[in-house]
Amino acid sequence: MALDKPYLDVPGTTIFDADQSRKGYWLNQFCMSLMNAENRERFKADERAYLSEWPMSEEQKQAVLARDLNGCIRLGGNIYFLAKIGATDGKSYQQMAGSMTGMTEQEYRDMMVRGGRSPEGNRYLNEDGDAQPHRQPQGAAGRK
Amino acid sequence: MTMARITASVYTSHVPAIGAALDHGRTGEPYWQKVFAGYEFSKRWMREHMPDVVFLVYNDHATAFSLELIPTFALGTAAEFAIADEGWGARPVPVVVGHPELASHIAQSVIQEDFDLTLVNRLSVDHGLTVPLSLMFGQPDAWPCKVIPFAVNVVQYPVPAGRRCFALGQAIRRAVESYDDDLKVQIWGTGGMSHQLQGPRAGLINQKWDSRFLDGLIEEPAELAQVPHIEYVREAGSEGIELVMWLIARGAMADVAGGPKPTVRHRFYHVPASNTAVGHLILENNR
Repeated sequence: MALDKPYLDVPGTTIFDADQSRKGYWLNQFCMSLMNAENRERFKADERAYLSEWPMSEEQKQAVLARDLNGCIRLGGNIYFLAKIGATDGKSYQQMAGSMTGMTEQEYRDMMVRGGRSPEGNRYLNEDGDAQPHRQPQGAAGRK
Repeated sequence: MTMARITASVYTSHVPAIGAALDHGRTGEPYWQKVFAGYEFSKRWMREHMPDVVFLVYNDHATAFSLELIPTFALGTAAEFAIADEGWGARPVPVVVGHPELASHIAQSVIQEDFDLTLVNRLSVDHGLTVPLSLMFGQPDAWPCKVIPFAVNVVQYPVPAGRRCFALGQAIRRAVESYDDDLKVQIWGTGGMSHQLQGPRAGLINQKWDSRFLDGLIEEPAELAQVPHIEYVREAGSEGIELVMWLIARGAMADVAGGPKPTVRHRFYHVPASNTAVGHLILENNR
């Protein structure tokens, strides 16, 4: 029997379950290595070379190099692991989360100060809220 | 003989940016003032109601536990717990001093009540544990009491159900109250409230749902414990699942075992701190 996944119909959301975790095992373990200051320096000095030490897929490596966090999550990454890349770059969780929406930092920050993203229209796929697939990317990226 | 007792439960979000604001001296900024204002009463209350030990329920954020080992419930039994470097460098806060004897007693009692805990003798603690300490104690040179860390897996599914957390809290209360030393123990439940840190739905906040959660936690925790994971995800964002940890602390209160209702000493709610709705409660046990 396959894993029961009642969460697949939540828009704009990937639940980190055992299937995602298997897919992202080395991507996430690479991220863990960045909790060590010396490793952070080595990574920053030559990202490509550092990534070559890890048995990750080329697609995962490209997503890391591009800091494409949505791509990393699709490929099995989890935000608490990926946050180590952001920390290495000197980014906050707010900057990292915002980067996944298409909004600029200021747009995302303003949305949070106004009370955050509404759950209305964003509970199930096929509603019309701002997190739905047909409304991506949001903010500045969506106006281009 | 006088036994240990649970005097109160404290609930709070543990947003990492709150720690960063404290550590980098930004607490005076209007944005952060609105957060810290909600904890002014709490710091005064703590000074007047200082426990000997805090049993601190939190989640590790891929810090001490990588994908190599994913314990559902991990109890810190060491004498000391180092402050982790989560990638930004370790927070400049005091080392956390444990209570190995009480922790070992809780382990024996709770495991023999059929909760399969993982015991951890080497554990570095991240913002999930240190931000609540900072919010309640400020910035002392040493934490004013001992702390037993209790880490819950809410990162990789399957995560424990609310009803399991609530039942575990009840077992923890029985364990604490069968420890033959005159100790005042608080139990803290941390994390939440509504927030989502990933994907196009990042930034989700649900004030109505959070408010109902706080009401339910105070008045009808057994019913609240029946809420399935999918409701947390849909209504409170993917990282809102952290709120199941509050049910462990609530389960340890006397009324759940037929005693009197707790007194609500403090309730605070504010949006936002970074990506997150900040919720905070203090419940005093009555006996």
